[in-house]
Amino acid sequence: MLNKIMAAGVVAVGLVGAAGTAQAGKDLDAVKARGQLICGVSTGVAGFASADSQGKWTGIDVDVCRAVSAALFGDSEKVKYVPTTAQQRFTALQSGEVDLLSRTTTYTLTRDTALGFDFTGVNYYDGQGFMVNKKLGVKSAKELNGATVCVQPGTTTELNLADYFRANKMTFKPVVIEKIEEVRAAFFAGRCDVFTTDASGLYATRAANAPNPDDYIILPEIISKEPLGPVVRHGDNQFADIVRWALYAMIEAEEYGITSKNVDEMLKSDNPSIKRILGVTPGMGKALGVDEKWVYNIVKSVGNYGESFDRNVGAGSPLKIARGQNELWTKGGLQYAPPIR
Amino acid sequence: MAVEAIGSSQRVKVAPWNDPVIRGWVFQIVVVGLVGLLAWYLVSNTMENLQRQKIASGFDYLGREAGFEIGDTMIEYSPASTYARAIWVGILNTLRVAVLGILLSTILGTVIGVGRLSPNWLLSRICEWYVEAFRNVPLLLWLFLFYKLISEAFPGPRQAIGAFWNTVFLSNRGLYFPVPMEDPIHKWMGLGLLVGLAAAVALHRWAKRRQEATGQPFPSILAGIGMTLGVPFVVWLAGGAPHHMSWPELKGFNFVGGTVIQPEFTALLIGLVLYTSAFVAEIVRSGILALHKGQSEAAAALGLSRGQSMRLVLLPQALRVIVPPMTSQYLNITKNSSLAIAIGYPDLVASINVTINQTGQAIENILIIMAAYLSVSLSISAFMNWYNKRIALRER
Repeated sequence: MLNKIMAAGVVAVGLVGAAGTAQAGKDLDAVKARGQLICGVSTGVAGFASADSQGKWTGIDVDVCRAVSAALFGDSEKVKYVPTTAQQRFTALQSGEVDLLSRTTTYTLTRDTALGFDFTGVNYYDGQGFMVNKKLGVKSAKELNGATVCVQPGTTTELNLADYFRANKMTFKPVVIEKIEEVRAAFFAGRCDVFTTDASGLYATRAANAPNPDDYIILPEIISKEPLGPVVRHGDNQFADIVRWALYAMIEAEEYGITSKNVDEMLKSDNPSIKRILGVTPGMGKALGVDEKWVYNIVKSVGNYGESFDRNVGAGSPLKIARGQNELWTKGGLQYAPPIR
Repeated sequence: MAVEAIGSSQRVKVAPWNDPVIRGWVFQIVVVGLVGLLAWYLVSNTMENLQRQKIASGFDYLGREAGFEIGDTMIEYSPASTYARAIWVGILNTLRVAVLGILLSTILGTVIGVGRLSPNWLLSRICEWYVEAFRNVPLLLWLFLFYKLISEAFPGPRQAIGAFWNTVFLSNRGLYFPVPMEDPIHKWMGLGLLVGLAAAVALHRWAKRRQEATGQPFPSILAGIGMTLGVPFVVWLAGGAPHHMSWPELKGFNFVGGTVIQPEFTALLIGLVLYTSAFVAEIVRSGILALHKGQSEAAAALGLSRGQSMRLVLLPQALRVIVPPMTSQYLNITKNSSLAIAIGYPDLVASINVTINQTGQAIENILIIMAAYLSVSLSISAFMNWYNKRIALRER
């Protein structure tokens, strides 16, 4: 409780402070002078941002930080990761503790405006889902009438849940516990029939926390829009542009079939688009204010969007999340990058 | 007062700034003024800042739709209800656990406290261990332990343990048992209960007076219980004895029908009662030990049994020592019940926390929660002070 009030207070102070720092290039200059990008990530969500025993961070959110670092410095490892909780994250960005927040953060109007931020894109299209034990024999969320549901309080998740059951004329009993660890424990102990949060969180929880992941299924219904993406402070448009196009470059690279393995051969490609993207035809890097080989550096060290997805959350990871909405627009998904030209 | 009285009777003329009475008043006015200024500064500063950041203020949100569900409610509630109702649900849940916790920990604590003084070595050692174990481990850990025990050890609803010819079911969803169907007669039965209770109290007073006058005892306790329960029973019979019951039965995911005591509530109540009982036991023990040894010897010399001497001689006197510190324990139970948030019991704090998160109006909500706890605590204090005065030693 007290923490929340203090956090609110710090946010307020941060807002006042942020208003005075709205001059172009300040954040970018600070990052360049430091020679290092400070990136706010989750405290540990498998597939999105987690540190291994050597302290090396991996995940789809971490890859956004690495791509920005590669575009800026030609080296994807010049990043310092700062783990932030859901409550601290906005304060950390507002106060300048981190340059960039890449932390499963839902893109909303309030956050984009009143909190003094700019969302620069969507690196994961998410939505709220339901996980149940296979033994219940449930195939659809429409069959959940009368179920007991484990949920974290004070989230949009809690409201979406109540709305969904009301809309479908069903009832449920919530079990609401403040700490996510306790919510998970209650679900796996069988206190609840259903666990609900963002679908990505369900996959991560199933892979990392379930006593036996095969016992649980995630129901097909997604009941809300949760576009997750990187966030920067209002005010430094050039830095925001670099973060925005670093992510677009990864998506664009996938669209043109440029991967970390074939990027060197692609340099010899005759396709004018590929030549422009990889900086063989110069101009794009200069426009963005970075090295002409910026996309080459990103793809070479981090990979394209598809590679990052597969490695961290997709088929090549324990989470095994299908591409779904995160498939390229050319393949029926939502991932769509404006042209690099 | 005494000093002032002497001073005023032989008043010496002094300059106003040397007059202790005037000086006293001036200082008090200055202090009150400063405190007032500080309060005004804090309030106006906060209002101004809220306005500048366009953060909504005021209590209008209380009438808006809450939108979230609560798992354990004593009154009708749905996500379509207002925030005010959600907070009221939380207050009732806090009161429920506090009142039951106070009753049960008083009983258990007294038993343990008396047990610790027992001449039976084993009994007094067990009571001692109990006290040491419970008061030396943080309450939060006990709550986690009991909650884990309930949710991990009991089976799911489909494998629920049925008892009493499958009318009562125990599972990790709680204890389900049948209750009578809603019937208008219940209101009258409640009224009958109050009438019976009043009659029982009157009977007890009459019996006491008679025993003091004539020495003739009357089994007023038993008769009182009979009256208290008998009146509603007669009302029930007169109302045609409606006996439709709502039986719990497994339907889909959970039991439907009957009523349920949920694991979160049970874990919280057990934790609060066992923890507070340890403190109550020590207070009871100290109260009894504070009595002169001659009291129990005199009781024994009169031929009273150990139980009688405890009940009639020692405890009534010990109460004078026990009641004041007991008030603190009752207040502690009420306030400690806010740890409910750790194990998911929807108490006042839980309702307010969600409301803060959804409305963003922290200040108003904190004011509500403080007012609620303050009024509950002050009511407990007022009652205990009244009771303390009643049993205080009357000097004759």
